[in-house]
Amino acid sequence: MITAKDIRRILLVSGWFMILTFPILGMRVDPLSDNIIWRLKNVMWVGIGTAVLQSLPHLWLLYLSIQAWGIRLWHHFRGTSPHKIVKKKAHRDSLINRVITNPRQRAIVCAVVLLLTIIYPQVVNEYQINIMIMALLYIMLGLGLNIVVGMAGLLDLGFVAFYAVGAYTYALLNLHYGINFWMALPLGGLFAAIFGLLLGFPILRLRGDYLAIVTLGFGEIIRVVLENWTELTNGVAGIVNIPGPTFLGLGLTPSQKILYLYYLMVLFVVLTIFVVNRLQDSRLGRAWLALREDEIACQAMGIDKRRTKLAAFSLGAFWAGIAGVVFAAQNRSVYPVSFSFLESAMILSIVVLGGMGSIVGVIFGALILILLPEYLRELSQYRMLFFGAILVLMMIFRPQGLISVVRRKYDIDSIKAEKKEGGA
Amino acid sequence: MSEPILQVQNLTMDFGGIRALNKLDITVHSGEIAALIGPNGAGKTTFFNCVTGIYKPTAGDIFLTPGKGEKPVSIKGLKPNIVTSKGLSRTFQNIRLFPKMTVLENVMIGRHCRTKTFILGAIFRTPRARREEREILLHSYRLLEKVGLAEFANDFAENLSYGAQRRLEIARALATEPHLLLLDEPAAGMNPQETEDLNDLIREIAGEGLAVLLIEHDMKLVMSLSQRIFVVDYGSRIAEGTPEEIRNNPAVIKAYLGE
Repeated sequence: MITAKDIRRILLVSGWFMILTFPILGMRVDPLSDNIIWRLKNVMWVGIGTAVLQSLPHLWLLYLSIQAWGIRLWHHFRGTSPHKIVKKKAHRDSLINRVITNPRQRAIVCAVVLLLTIIYPQVVNEYQINIMIMALLYIMLGLGLNIVVGMAGLLDLGFVAFYAVGAYTYALLNLHYGINFWMALPLGGLFAAIFGLLLGFPILRLRGDYLAIVTLGFGEIIRVVLENWTELTNGVAGIVNIPGPTFLGLGLTPSQKILYLYYLMVLFVVLTIFVVNRLQDSRLGRAWLALREDEIACQAMGIDKRRTKLAAFSLGAFWAGIAGVVFAAQNRSVYPVSFSFLESAMILSIVVLGGMGSIVGVIFGALILILLPEYLRELSQYRMLFFGAILVLMMIFRPQGLISVVRRKYDIDSIKAEKKEGGA
Repeated sequence: MSEPILQVQNLTMDFGGIRALNKLDITVHSGEIAALIGPNGAGKTTFFNCVTGIYKPTAGDIFLTPGKGEKPVSIKGLKPNIVTSKGLSRTFQNIRLFPKMTVLENVMIGRHCRTKTFILGAIFRTPRARREEREILLHSYRLLEKVGLAEFANDFAENLSYGAQRRLEIARALATEPHLLLLDEPAAGMNPQETEDLNDLIREIAGEGLAVLLIEHDMKLVMSLSQRIFVVDYGSRIAEGTPEEIRNNPAVIKAYLGE
């Protein structure tokens, strides 16, 4: 409900905004006639806009109370209790999570999705395939970061650094030693993992905000070094003429190469999902979760904090490195500008939007955040506006992300059966 | 008298200018239930934190016997996970479970230091890794049955009742296969029935050869369980003895009731 106090506050804030924006929006000096042109209409719109935005939460509360009142009325007439229904609803998992936890349904869905991804490039044009390769690349990056942020709970704002290490590993090794894509792939991952370890050691003691700041700095250091170490990296001009992936030494036409890269990406993403899924249910995966939940209890239960954190950092970096190699091979060139902080923020948004710790969530997050801007190119000037609005709305209505994590449920009956066998 | 499992000598812990522990001597023997009591702020939890490696003590020695017939080793200044792997485990005064993990997974975490599978084993699911995973699962489930939480195995730990959470912490601590179990106020916030069950559980644990050292304010529980009691006040040990001796000790009465 809106009270007189709320209205007064709304008016006050609106007025304050009008004063603040007045010098920028309210007047303009006409250099020809040396006159000031007053544009009071703009200021008025600022005031109205601010007032409307401020009243939105109030309207939402109003809607909620009307809804609650309606539900009560409904139950009153039907003679049922409103509380029971609410409880039932809260206990049900979302549709996607119910499918994931059911092995048979999961197998069917996986098969269908895989089939669709295989057919996809046959029915769309090259442009679309390229976009999809990009999205698959970000799925891989998202899954890598998901290990660090989602599972181990270490907020990493410089993830793009490892991506850059992978890309430049391929670019430089190819430039100087003529190493091909397939050899660069494991090397890129390995180098990135080593960088992950290097970064991991000094920040083992840090947590939360402090960790975020250091990783942010690390990401920028890598980019600045790439920009300024001209002898090695050719600076901002980047490295060009990087060959794409080869296929058994066969010469491929450009369109075949795109197709080839697409299927490679699908393969890599499937592989990543497989590995991350296995890690998640392993001794190490549980240790990551425990580390995220409570560091002190985790150590007191015998988990080596150092080893576990470093494993998370280097494994996450490994996938970023591999994604980097593929990125270099796809674009045929690398520039430091591709590895700005905005990329890190993008990957982090994918993980947060999708649902921290959830593999399916990350896939959805990447598809939404990469594909939507591509298909809404006409609205590209409002892109960041939408982006911000989506994130704000998500944090209000679904802070756990699109898909919340489900923990594995163990089959108690099978444990009991095995225990009897073991005991007999 | 049986062999000592934990020997703490001259343990001192300073926080800046404040001396939280002052030359504390405490010895726990294998297979016994001992209790550490004292008024609020006496330094009981600080003592636990020093012994388990969460704090680095300013001075003094801590020796732990890592198993029957073995020589005592110094655990002073070791990392908490190393101390745990040597056979000392604990619970926390303000429950520190992993709330967003299932009850079973919480106990499975305790098996961490007794198992080995790492990155490659997890990815390729080698036969050894599978065997280990089954072992973790069975062992953890058995412990859940022991503390009476088997039916909640797949629920989130945060959804358990207060008393159940305390029992889950004990199960998690037992999963590390300790020789000595430190319990920090295990009965806090429990109703009389739950305290009764806890009493039986601790007796059962001790019956299996484990030594137990508990901090507790519930005097009825302390007096009925423990064979020996240490009383701490202002970081110093002011008394040690059987429950009977402690009950009649003038220094203890003074510390608790004032002059």
